[in-house]
Amino acid sequence: MKTKELAYAFQKTIPVLLGYIVLGMAFGILLNEAGYGVLWAFAISTLVYAGSMQFALLSFIGTPISLLSTGIMTLSINSRHIFYGLSFIEVFKKMKIKGIYMIFSLTDETYPLLCMDDYPEGVNKEQYMFYIALFNHLYWITGSVIGNLVGNIVPFDTTGMDFAMTALFVVIFLEQYLSAKSKLPAYIGISSGIVCLLIFKTDSFLLPALIQTVLILLSCKQYISERSEQ
Amino acid sequence: MHDILIVSVVALCTFITRAAPFVFFGSNKEISPTIKYLGTYLPNAVMAILIIYCLKSVNLTIPATFIPQFISIVVVVILHLWKRNTLLSILGGTLCHMVLLQFIFI
Repeated sequence: MKTKELAYAFQKTIPVLLGYIVLGMAFGILLNEAGYGVLWAFAISTLVYAGSMQFALLSFIGTPISLLSTGIMTLSINSRHIFYGLSFIEVFKKMKIKGIYMIFSLTDETYPLLCMDDYPEGVNKEQYMFYIALFNHLYWITGSVIGNLVGNIVPFDTTGMDFAMTALFVVIFLEQYLSAKSKLPAYIGISSGIVCLLIFKTDSFLLPALIQTVLILLSCKQYISERSEQ
Repeated sequence: MHDILIVSVVALCTFITRAAPFVFFGSNKEISPTIKYLGTYLPNAVMAILIIYCLKSVNLTIPATFIPQFISIVVVVILHLWKRNTLLSILGGTLCHMVLLQFIFI
């Protein structure tokens, strides 16, 4: 047993444990209200394992939405994940089979934990990273299963509970913003999002907003890089 | 059946987005500076867009569609700047939003 790695990974993931249980439960309850039982909650949280995407999925299931638009929506909502992997190409490659699981489980919350490079000496880094990813995944599955079951037994008014996702994004945004060397990317994101939402009105604003943001960021590369080094 | 297909497509496409950088850049020894730059600065911009994505259904001419959300976001921000406790901020904001929607803006 890798006791030291297990203990340290658990300690590191406690905030995510709390957050994922709450959000997972919110997902489980909403899924139950949409008429889908615990097997669905378990399967979706195990196989998809993407918070915001699973909430979006709630509006897809039970509708005749085409698989093509489902795919495009998923790729655009999750396109931010493309940039998470960039920091771990070397490490995950070394982890072989486990590395594939690491790629699969690279969520918004696992990513920052893996970025923190402050584990104590003598800890096997790869084992420790694997436990972080695994723990978070289990928290998420547990939360959605409990939520789905509790939603069966104690039906209470969940109106407004889906705000948990917005709150999570606000918290992650704040954390990133406060530690960012340049605040400009945040403002570029906000303005691109608002402009594209005004133009496209509906869900489809997400992809143009992301593309616009990448293009503006690329055109400001010199400026932001220089400012950040000062 | 259609639901199973939808879930499968979502699962597959989610994995594709996470695997993309490994497929495209996994074989290169050095990661290009542009990719590194985007990896550093894009996440904050993306989170901003995702927050706006959550607020897409607000209609500025109908106060009940945006006042609860904006008040709750302010609660999240204040709680988080104050305690820096992720769970507290999320729970506080969500509870505030539920109370506003269920008891005040019915």
